[in-house]
Amino acid sequence: MFLVSLTVFVLIQLPPGDFVTSWAAQAAAAGEEVTPAMMEEMRRRFGLDQPLIVQYFAWIGGVVRGDFGYSFEWNAPVVTLLGERMGLTLVVTVSTLILSWCIALPVGIYSAVRRYSLLDYSFTFIAFVSLAVPGFLIALILMYMSVKMFNADVTGLFSPEYANAPWSWGRVKDLLAHMWIPVIILGTEASASLIRIMRANLIDQLHMPYVVTARAKGLTETKLLLKYPVRIALNPFVSTLGWTVPRLVSGAVIVSIVLNMPIAGPMLMQSLLSQDIYLSGAFLLLLCLMTVIGTLLSDILLVVLDPRIRVQ
Amino acid sequence: MANLRGGIEYASQWTLMWHRFRKHKLAVAGMVVVALFYLIALFAEFFAPFDPEEANSRLTYHPPQSIHLFDKDGFRFHVTGYRLERDPNTLKPVFVEDDGRKTDLTLFARGHKYKLLGLIETDVHLIGPKDPNERFFIFGADRMGRDVLSRTIYGGRFTMSLGLVGVCISVLLGISLGGMSGYYGGKIDWVVMRVVEYIISLPTIPIWLALAAALPKNWPPHLQYLGITVVISLIGWTELARVVRGRFLAMRGEVFVIAAKLDGCSESRVIFRHMLPSLASHIIAAVTLAVPFMILSETSLSFLGLGLQPPSISWGVLLKEAQNIRSIASAPWLFIPGACVVLAVLSLNFMGDGLRDAADPYSH
Amino acid sequence: MADNVNTNSRGAGDVILDVRNLKTHFGDDDKAVRAVDDISFKLQRGKTLCIVGESGSGKSVTARSILQIVDYPGKIYGGEILYWGDQQVKSGQPLDLAQLHPRSKQIRSIRGHEIAMIFQEPMTSLSPIHTIGSQISEAILLHQNVDKEEARARSIELLRRVEIPNPAVAIDKYTFEYSGGMRQRAMIAMALACNPKILIADEPTTALDVTTQAEILALIKELQQAYGMSVLFITHDMGVVAEIADEIGVMKNGKMLEFGPAEQIFYTAQHDYTKELIDSVRKLETSARKARKSTITDKKLLEVRNVSKIYPSRKSFLGKASDPFKALDNVSLDLYEGENLGIVGESGSGKTTMGNCLIRVLEPTSGEILFKKSNGNISDLAKAGKSELRQVHREIRMVFQDPFASLNPRMTIGQIVGEPLLVSGLASGKELRERVGKLLETVGIPSAAMERYPHAFSGGQRQRIGIARSLALNPRLIIADEATSALDVTLRSQVLDLMLDLQEKLGLSYILISHDIGVIRYFCDRVAVMYKGQIVETGEAGLICSTPEHPYTKALISAVPGTHPRDKRIVNRHRYVADAAPGKAVA
Repeated sequence: MFLVSLTVFVLIQLPPGDFVTSWAAQAAAAGEEVTPAMMEEMRRRFGLDQPLIVQYFAWIGGVVRGDFGYSFEWNAPVVTLLGERMGLTLVVTVSTLILSWCIALPVGIYSAVRRYSLLDYSFTFIAFVSLAVPGFLIALILMYMSVKMFNADVTGLFSPEYANAPWSWGRVKDLLAHMWIPVIILGTEASASLIRIMRANLIDQLHMPYVVTARAKGLTETKLLLKYPVRIALNPFVSTLGWTVPRLVSGAVIVSIVLNMPIAGPMLMQSLLSQDIYLSGAFLLLLCLMTVIGTLLSDILLVVLDPRIRVQ
Repeated sequence: MANLRGGIEYASQWTLMWHRFRKHKLAVAGMVVVALFYLIALFAEFFAPFDPEEANSRLTYHPPQSIHLFDKDGFRFHVTGYRLERDPNTLKPVFVEDDGRKTDLTLFARGHKYKLLGLIETDVHLIGPKDPNERFFIFGADRMGRDVLSRTIYGGRFTMSLGLVGVCISVLLGISLGGMSGYYGGKIDWVVMRVVEYIISLPTIPIWLALAAALPKNWPPHLQYLGITVVISLIGWTELARVVRGRFLAMRGEVFVIAAKLDGCSESRVIFRHMLPSLASHIIAAVTLAVPFMILSETSLSFLGLGLQPPSISWGVLLKEAQNIRSIASAPWLFIPGACVVLAVLSLNFMGDGLRDAADPYSH
Repeated sequence: MADNVNTNSRGAGDVILDVRNLKTHFGDDDKAVRAVDDISFKLQRGKTLCIVGESGSGKSVTARSILQIVDYPGKIYGGEILYWGDQQVKSGQPLDLAQLHPRSKQIRSIRGHEIAMIFQEPMTSLSPIHTIGSQISEAILLHQNVDKEEARARSIELLRRVEIPNPAVAIDKYTFEYSGGMRQRAMIAMALACNPKILIADEPTTALDVTTQAEILALIKELQQAYGMSVLFITHDMGVVAEIADEIGVMKNGKMLEFGPAEQIFYTAQHDYTKELIDSVRKLETSARKARKSTITDKKLLEVRNVSKIYPSRKSFLGKASDPFKALDNVSLDLYEGENLGIVGESGSGKTTMGNCLIRVLEPTSGEILFKKSNGNISDLAKAGKSELRQVHREIRMVFQDPFASLNPRMTIGQIVGEPLLVSGLASGKELRERVGKLLETVGIPSAAMERYPHAFSGGQRQRIGIARSLALNPRLIIADEATSALDVTLRSQVLDLMLDLQEKLGLSYILISHDIGVIRYFCDRVAVMYKGQIVETGEAGLICSTPEHPYTKALISAVPGTHPRDKRIVNRHRYVADAAPGKAVA
């Protein structure tokens, strides 16, 4: 975690110049006069004149206390900007994860058991295609089709009337009505790779001797399939959680930029471009944290599922 | 297995692999498409009918025209022209097909001058209007009236070559680090694997965004190109390193490797003569599967405006044009570079999968 | 051939399973592999039938065909499998298992209930993530109308019946917590869960050590009598057959070559192949060294002094440190020039570690390995540096167990055999080709085959190629680690004879590492018996194999099955229980 925070900090400090220079450039473009003295004054106020290592510890010390710093650009504490957006990011990511599992598990099992059947081939082909289409392109195509066919705008996560409204049942319903689009876009790619993994795992297990043993006991094929090979193929499947989560988070960022959704993506990008370091740092840190938690979760789940790891 | 008759007994590993590869129809098709793409990218100037930068504000969002070989008078290689009118209600400019206007086309037409491969000066293009001053748009025109076909071809050059260059960097990092890690094991392995795990657990796109945002915007195109490639490869090498490490690790314990050591082979001979030939096919397959990753990464980054910047042309840059809903609603042909991305990635994936199966027929 | 089997076609009576003209093919068309090709046999009620054959003979597919659990694309193509269970005897009408659909309810009610099966690999044949208890109760719950409590109680009883210590605790353990012998016992418990009429055992002892094998065979025998089961026993080992069979069927290439009572097969075999099988086992009950002129000298070639190999303790996930593991514990040995020394032991005894330490594939922790080089100097291999080792590796060569894994599939056999000559700069170009050709001829491979890749050769041929590679540098000592155990029994003595011929021609010494007493007795002058990292006994091969001193050696030797059905030795075996870990030597 310390390593992650350090990486994040180095990353956001990497661009040449700082917020003040980019702010000054903008101001100059707008025709305002910016004197070097003003810039120095601003730097001092934000603490940007300190050596990097001091800045880092000041920042991370704040983070540990729950203080993510102050956004230069929005003139507001980072926490307030972050709160709802991160929450919604989490909601979108988790629902996508659930959706992709719900698709990948049955399809993967079917494909493995009925290998080389027509449906298996079609699933495999669809999976291949959806792996090849970048998420933002699906988003664009969906946007295009919804405009052409329904003349509806699918961007955003809320209808205009709910966008800034406080939480209510109506708002939740509105969210659900909008959320299916990013979830489907993100889910396609995730399910595609998960299907292939489940299929390969299960095919490996299907011919293990213990399956023959169970069959020789007189179990029905369905029960046998679910109790033994599928159950065991689940273990490597669960461990994919470790890398599906980072991928989903990545995908969510780019898709949300295209669809202009009020989650982490667009604001992260904006803050990166304007070198609003505390805001972008907080975003990066939390996104990384989400993936670390995902990995941790998959490890825990694996221990629960697999006695070989639990006992030894 | 012991009774393989005929020529196969004498066939080398590569011939065997080729035999197995040929059985995958999709993989072979993928290879043909990939080869075609790289060929076009290499001779982009020849294949593109026009200069990709040549703008014409009168031809903004000119729709695509299809090529006809015949008209009512018999053979005539041409496209049907459009006339610019204004919609009587909205006063928006609209292109209307005009049967009276036909642009004759010819193969190996004369057009703007260029240097083929940077060496031979010529002005021959694969296809073009008979009259060099005419214009035609198979893929339509963009916001500034530039030919999307020519731009797609030039963009392919950037994107596809970036894939290759990026993979080269990844391969260098991946094979040397993964190989070291797998062959020596122990502490080196521990350190390399922790680094790999750490990088894999990071969400790539935000990190890329941050890295790419760190690249100065005012760099010249070739530096940008290099910068983006390095940024992408820095993340991309991990998967390759894992594959190579796994293979080395498995092979290090193989009895025939121990036998080679006992035969008195030096360390480098064990690695290069005995281990690498068995690994080469796997590595090639892994590399093939890594190229699409690079292509997708470049496209995504440039699409967000954090990768290559205009005036450089890549598929990602072209797709940026299609970003807002107004332009895609009125000019859906701006998606064509996206279709190229999908086709290229798909073909590379099929080819890579075929290669992997051919390299390791017993793994499934 | 099979005709004499079919004389009594009316069936019933004492026959419980009557297989007629069974054909199981893999694939549908003309190119289908006929794994089982028109075989017939009868299993008598309460008796043991052994089907014996080498790898690829179709014996396993025969066993699986009976329960219709042949892997796709295998399918019963024709013939009858007539089952005379209690019900069928009552009704006078047999049940033809071959006619049932593999997924039908009927065949499922036979599987595990009337006919149960145990398999070769007890590790992979049991689910890794379910407890042993749940796997046994499953069979009970499936076929009998009892609740979970009752099923659990019965499972514990079954575990006790197969002599698993502390069954009430062992029932909740997982497969990986059991030792090999215990796993096979658990498998047997599972098979017995519903008092089956027939037990099909598919190579159940092949993966086990010889002492454990004896225990399992005795257990099966005892349970068979107690439960009145009929047993169909599949094996490749004629010794096992001699111990347990009432009747024997000999299979090769999917055909049943010969079928009859055990004594008839063993003493008056009709078919040449059967004779060859029995002869090759009996041959290994003699010593080939005594028949040849002795090459032994009194010059010491190798002296091993107090060598130990200790793996340091490891901290586990929870911080529990394991004890350091002594793979080799203070081992000393001598080898004279021209002598064949055998190192015998069961899995985990440290014999392979021993071989690997001698040639420094592994680093010994302490001790000396003194080797007398051809120039008369003595070198301590335990401490030798890189260049010193490289020289010694020309004189000491190794032949490996697995003829498939030890040859690089990417190189031609010419390149493989020539590699040591090439890297040590002894020959190149045309001369290299000539020497490689000669080496191949020496081991009986035509030199014209030099350009071929290993996959074009059979297991026996590959092992010959491996031997040719070891001869390339004119070695003085060859360490052969289980060099014949991957080969079928008929090939074993051939490869051993080749090695002995080469010894006379080239003045070699051998260290042969093996778990197989027969191979050791045939090949070696002296034997060292290893047990848990220590050498418990060393002596002249003939003496060790007939009148061993140490109690472990006694147990080991007495557990080796003989080749005479009239002399069933396993019943009278010694059991060595000294300080054995649960489930190991006691199994």
